[in-house]
Amino acid sequence: MYQYDEYDQKLVDQRVEQFRDQTRRFLAGELPDEEFRMLRLRNGLYVQRFAPMLRVAIPYGLLSSKQLRMLAHIARTYDKGYGHITTRQNIQYNWPRLEQVPDILADLASVQMHAIQTSGNCIRNITSDHLAGVARDELVDPRPYCELTRQWATFHPEFNWLPRKFKFAFSSSTTDRAATRVHDVGVHIVRNAAGELGYSIYVGGGLGRMPMIGHLIREFLPEAQLLSYFEAILRVYNRLGRRDNIHRARIKVLVKATGPAKFAERVEQEWAQILAGPQAAELEFTPDDLARMKAHFAAHPYCSDAATDTGFDKAMQNDSAFAAFVRRNVREHRVDGYKAVFVSLKAPDIAPGDITADQMDLIADLAERYSFGELRATHDQNLVLADVAQGDLYDLWQALRGAGLATPNIGLLTDMICCPGLDFCSLANAGSIGVAQDINDRFDSLDHLYDVGEIKLKMSGCMNGCGHHTVGHIGILGVDKKGEEWYQVTLGGSAENDVSLGDRTGPSFSRDQIADAVQTIVEVYLSERSDDEETFLQCYRRVGMAPFKTRLYVEAEEEELAA
Amino acid sequence: MSALIRNGCIDADDFIALGDDAELPAAGPISTRYIVSLARWQLQRESLSDSGTDLGIAIPNTIDISTVIDDVREQPLIVLSFPNFADGRAYSQARLLRDRYRYTGEIRATGDAVVFDQLAMLQRCGFTSFALRADQDPQRCLDALRPVELAYQPVDAQASLISRLRRSAAI
Repeated sequence: MYQYDEYDQKLVDQRVEQFRDQTRRFLAGELPDEEFRMLRLRNGLYVQRFAPMLRVAIPYGLLSSKQLRMLAHIARTYDKGYGHITTRQNIQYNWPRLEQVPDILADLASVQMHAIQTSGNCIRNITSDHLAGVARDELVDPRPYCELTRQWATFHPEFNWLPRKFKFAFSSSTTDRAATRVHDVGVHIVRNAAGELGYSIYVGGGLGRMPMIGHLIREFLPEAQLLSYFEAILRVYNRLGRRDNIHRARIKVLVKATGPAKFAERVEQEWAQILAGPQAAELEFTPDDLARMKAHFAAHPYCSDAATDTGFDKAMQNDSAFAAFVRRNVREHRVDGYKAVFVSLKAPDIAPGDITADQMDLIADLAERYSFGELRATHDQNLVLADVAQGDLYDLWQALRGAGLATPNIGLLTDMICCPGLDFCSLANAGSIGVAQDINDRFDSLDHLYDVGEIKLKMSGCMNGCGHHTVGHIGILGVDKKGEEWYQVTLGGSAENDVSLGDRTGPSFSRDQIADAVQTIVEVYLSERSDDEETFLQCYRRVGMAPFKTRLYVEAEEEELAA
Repeated sequence: MSALIRNGCIDADDFIALGDDAELPAAGPISTRYIVSLARWQLQRESLSDSGTDLGIAIPNTIDISTVIDDVREQPLIVLSFPNFADGRAYSQARLLRDRYRYTGEIRATGDAVVFDQLAMLQRCGFTSFALRADQDPQRCLDALRPVELAYQPVDAQASLISRLRRSAAI
């Protein structure tokens, strides 16, 4: 993985001292609240319902064991012993003390981590495929491009005060596992007809209040030109993005208002000027730049005889619980004999994405023993040990299971995406963790889950959509009605290649009704599906909303009348 | 009264901002310089030029620099504004003036964002003078304007570009 050199380290260290000074000035009353707010946001620090919340960047989700141990140390020393993996592959701490945040940032810097630009109206953490480098359907590893983009975006002096936050996502595989089409900029790494590497660029996707799907504005951008093109997009946005209304300030609104074709034209014009300008050569990647960065992500020294192991198949036959785990939580690896293993942070009885300090330490050890000392955070709020020899899988599974980290539910209904909701977040209108728990209880019979198959349930406690509800196969959005928590439901969303935004079922459900409603939706699916192979999403797209609506509203009303 | 930092020093402001309705005083023995709005400059360019007075031009942050560069290129001062702390449009304007149009005069930042915590970034984008917000300590602000040593982006000439350092180290 990427290792800082003296320059990266120096910039991060300087940033810690800058923030220490800003915090000191704020506490001494020398820095106005509103200004400190914007400065601390750019260092990941929110002030939340009960305490500050610190969001630490995990660039493109990649962590080393050493870094994870530091995250555990921070959870123990400065927080209540746990952290929360977010939908941007970051980690959040919900209980740090403001005056200790500079010390936390210094601890992070000691393991080449930071919280820079994890919030505020600037370029945020770059996200990517959690199976980058190991997926079989991958063209090239996207992470070198993510890291080059991360460095360009870090402290970019022109783009630190944008109209609104700005998110990049990269994908380089047949299956889009990074939700690129619902990002401000989605990058697909591709080859053109001549066999040259480059990028397709999508702009103007996003979730939140006005969910939209990004538009293709450039079919093929040459590999060397990524940063000059980004600079053109950002400059057009910085100049023309709306600043009069925070809810209309994302680039998606500008792209929609301008029209994607006209917007693309503006970017192309700006880009042509940048290419003719004094910094074009410096912005261009040289072959050496790319080779140097790619060397950081070179393949691990895999054992050539890993595939000769027979213990894995034997364990599958002898232990049905292990077989269930493999079926749900293990994915193919591009090297024979290796597997990518999902560590589920969606056990019943814990908030989705939460992980304790002890669990972090354990996973750090396991990653070191079984997966070359690295792991990844996913935007579905799980972790992945991506390079496990199949002969080690049974031992790994037992260790994970002992710590409540082997729930065999990846991709199933209980593998919910869920924001912190009203329990922690000052923006939320409604609780989400409690609802997640109710749904978990309802579907706790795992056999039943297998029967139901792949359903992505995503839940947000407010319109800001941190839980990505609009692209959930089933989406749940918490709303406030006269001080009560209610839940709107959408069906048929997807963040993958077949990207789509969910449709509202109709009127919202009360806190008491919502788990029933989810159960009803699943029952309708089970009765409507053409066969066991038809997934929830396929079924919904075929039969449409009508049967769901009928069962959710008409029949429910009739039952109530009859009761 | 706000202080002016220019070219790394606390400096006397030798420009006076002139309202759009105020008459341009006749050139006297002491050469006073004035700042006029872009709108006025575009309307009265001929008569204002005839006065022989040095004029700086204040450009609102909503203006596309490419559409006005020919009007302002010869003026000694361009003033760009930050109507609030978080409005970063003038950062892009300054870069265009410096990098694309090779403007060599003074580019001045004025408004709510001209504070200690933003000076380094402003400087990197090409601003050379700073009309500090009234609550700022000018001495302390000088510290923020020490040249940035290292940068990831090829924006300013002063900072060492990290990619260039890496390229030369690799040879």
